[in-house]
Amino acid sequence: MSDPGAGGAGLERAAAAAVGDLSRVDDSAQRQGKPRSLWSDAWGELRRKPTFIVSLVIILVVVVMAAFPSLFTSVDPRAANLDNYLKKPSADAWFGYDVQGYDVYARAIYGARASLLVGLFSTILTVLVGSVVGIFAGYAKTWIDSLLSRVGDIFAGVPFVLGAIVILTTFNSPTENPSAVRIITQVVLSIAALSWPVSMRIMRSATLVAKQQDYVKAARGLGASPLRIVFRHLLPNTVAPVLVYATIALGAFIGAEATLAFLGIGLRPPVVSWGVMISESRDYFQAAPHMLLFPAGFVTITVLAFVVLGDAVRDALDPKSR
Amino acid sequence: MGRYVLRRLLQLIPVFLGTTFIIYALVWAIPQDPFAGKCGQRACPESYVAAMSEKFHFDDPLPLQYLKYMGNILTGDFGDTFSGVSVGEQIGAAYPTTVKLAVVALLIEALIGVTAGVLTGLRKQGFLDNLVLVSTLFLISLPVFVTGFVLRLYLGPQGLDLFDVGVDATDPTFGQLILPGFVLGSTSMAYVARLTRSSIAENRHADYVRTAIAKGQPTRRVVGVHLLRNSLIPVITFLGTDLGSLMGGAVVTEGVFNINGIGGLIFRGIQEKEGITVTGVVTMLVLVYLLMSLVVDLLYAVLDPRIRYE
Repeated sequence: MSDPGAGGAGLERAAAAAVGDLSRVDDSAQRQGKPRSLWSDAWGELRRKPTFIVSLVIILVVVVMAAFPSLFTSVDPRAANLDNYLKKPSADAWFGYDVQGYDVYARAIYGARASLLVGLFSTILTVLVGSVVGIFAGYAKTWIDSLLSRVGDIFAGVPFVLGAIVILTTFNSPTENPSAVRIITQVVLSIAALSWPVSMRIMRSATLVAKQQDYVKAARGLGASPLRIVFRHLLPNTVAPVLVYATIALGAFIGAEATLAFLGIGLRPPVVSWGVMISESRDYFQAAPHMLLFPAGFVTITVLAFVVLGDAVRDALDPKSR
Repeated sequence: MGRYVLRRLLQLIPVFLGTTFIIYALVWAIPQDPFAGKCGQRACPESYVAAMSEKFHFDDPLPLQYLKYMGNILTGDFGDTFSGVSVGEQIGAAYPTTVKLAVVALLIEALIGVTAGVLTGLRKQGFLDNLVLVSTLFLISLPVFVTGFVLRLYLGPQGLDLFDVGVDATDPTFGQLILPGFVLGSTSMAYVARLTRSSIAENRHADYVRTAIAKGQPTRRVVGVHLLRNSLIPVITFLGTDLGSLMGGAVVTEGVFNINGIGGLIFRGIQEKEGITVTGVVTMLVLVYLLMSLVVDLLYAVLDPRIRYE
C-alpha cells in the first residue's frame, strides 16, 4: 500500500493492525455495585499511567508552541542575517543558524504551527470521511457494502508516497509557486484521499460487530429509523477504535508532511514548517548537521508522543488488558 | 482452494482497473496542455503536436485513451516517452536494483526483528525488553530520511567510515546496499520485533509448549521448533505484505543514497512530465502489490493448516 520508507504510511498500517482488536470491545459488562462506563473506566486507568501523562504534556507543549510561538522565542523566524551563515549552536542561538542566517530555534518553534495544522486537518478529514463511509458500509451490508469496500481498496492500492507525488505535482507544476493556504489545503487533501480507507475498514469492522448486539436488534424491533440506529446506538459503540487510530495517525501525518516537504512537493517556503526546514537542510547537512537534527528531533518527539498516547489509550480501552 | 484463488483474482480486476485509471487520469487529464513547456519557450511545432497526439491518443476521450493504453500494456508494450525512450527498457534497467534493495531490507528487518522479538518475548520485563520496546518506538517515530541522513553522516566516510556510501549506478553489489537496506527496513524492523515479541509471549504458555517441556525436550528444541513455528505465522505474513510495498520502490531512501531504482525513475518522470513513464511504472507496481497481498493471504493457509479457504 505504501512506501515503507515514508514512515507515515507504514506507521498507519500498524496503527490499523493495533486497533483491530478494539472492534471487539464489549462494554456491556459492568462491575457490580458501581456501574461505570467504558470511558470513565479508561480515564481512571490512564490517569495512573506515567507514559500517558508524559506524552500528554509533550503534546500540550507543542500545541502551546503552535498557538503562541512568541512565548518561547522573541526572535523573528523570517529575519535572515547572512553574517550568521551556518553558524553552529551557541548561547545566542541555541540551535545555531541555517544557510540563510535564520535562527533555527525560532524557526523550529514557529514551524510547529504549520506541521501540527497539517496533521490535525488531515486526521479530521481522514477520520470523518472514513468513518461515515465505514459505518454506512458496515450497516448496509448489501451490494452497497461491497461497492464501498472496493472503492476503498482502489484508493488503498495507490502507494502512499507515489500517489501523493502524482497528486501534488499534477495540481502544481514544479515551476509554480502556490500560496501557503493553497499548498496546505492540497497536502491535507492528498493525505486524506490516500488514507481514508484505513479508518473506513476499522469503522466497518467495528460496525459489523456492534450491529449484532442485542441493543441494536432491540432498537430496530422498536421501529427506530436507520439514521437513529447509526447515530444513537452504533456510533457511540464504534468510536473507540477509530479514536485510537486517529491519535496514532495524527503523529504519522506530521511525519508524512515532513516527508512530502523533503521531496520538495509539500509545503514550501515562505511557509515555515518542520518539513520545510528539513528539506532546506538536505544539501547542507554534512557541513551543518544542526540544520537537520533539531527540526528532525521536533518531528520525532511529537510523533513519538502521539504514538505513545495512542498506545496508552488503546490499552486503557481494552478490557482484556486489565 | 482453487475456487478461492479464482474468486480473489476476479476481485483484483476492478481494483486494479480503478487504481490505474485514477493515476492515468491524474497524469493525463488534469493538466490542461500536455505540451506545456515541452518545446522550451516556443509553442510546439504543428507536426510534433500531431505526431505525439497520434502516439498518445490525445484526440480520443479519456476512457478510450485509457483502454488503448491498457491494451498495449497487456501485450507487454509500455510505450515510449516523448523523447522516444522505451519505458519498458527504463523499467528493466531500474527494477533489478529496487528488487535487490527490497530483498536486502527484508532480510535485515527479518533477522534483527525476529531475534529481538524472540529474546524479549521469552523474558518479559527485563532490561533488554525495555530497551527493545523503547528503541522500537523510537524507530517508528523517526522519519526515514532522518534515519538515512544521520546514518550516512555518522557511519559514512565523514563519520566512522564503516560503510562506503557510494552505490554503483547500474549494478550495485549487496554490500553497498546494506546501509540503505537497513534504513529502508528500519521502521518495519520495529514492527517485526514488536509483533514477534507479543506473539511469542502469547504462545509461551500454550499447552503444546508445556507438553514439549514436560516430555523433556531441550529448551532449544522447544523454542526453535514448537514455539517459533507457531509464533512466526503473523510475522511472516507481515513480511510478505511488506515485501509487496518495498518492491514499490522507496522514493525517499533511493533519494538519500542516490540509488538508481524505480522510485527515482518515477520521481524524475513526474518532474519531467513524462506521463507515460509514470503510468507505466505505477501500473506495474500496483499489480505487484495486489498480487503480493493475494500471495500473503494464501500463505496463511499453507502455514497454518487450521485455516481452510473454501
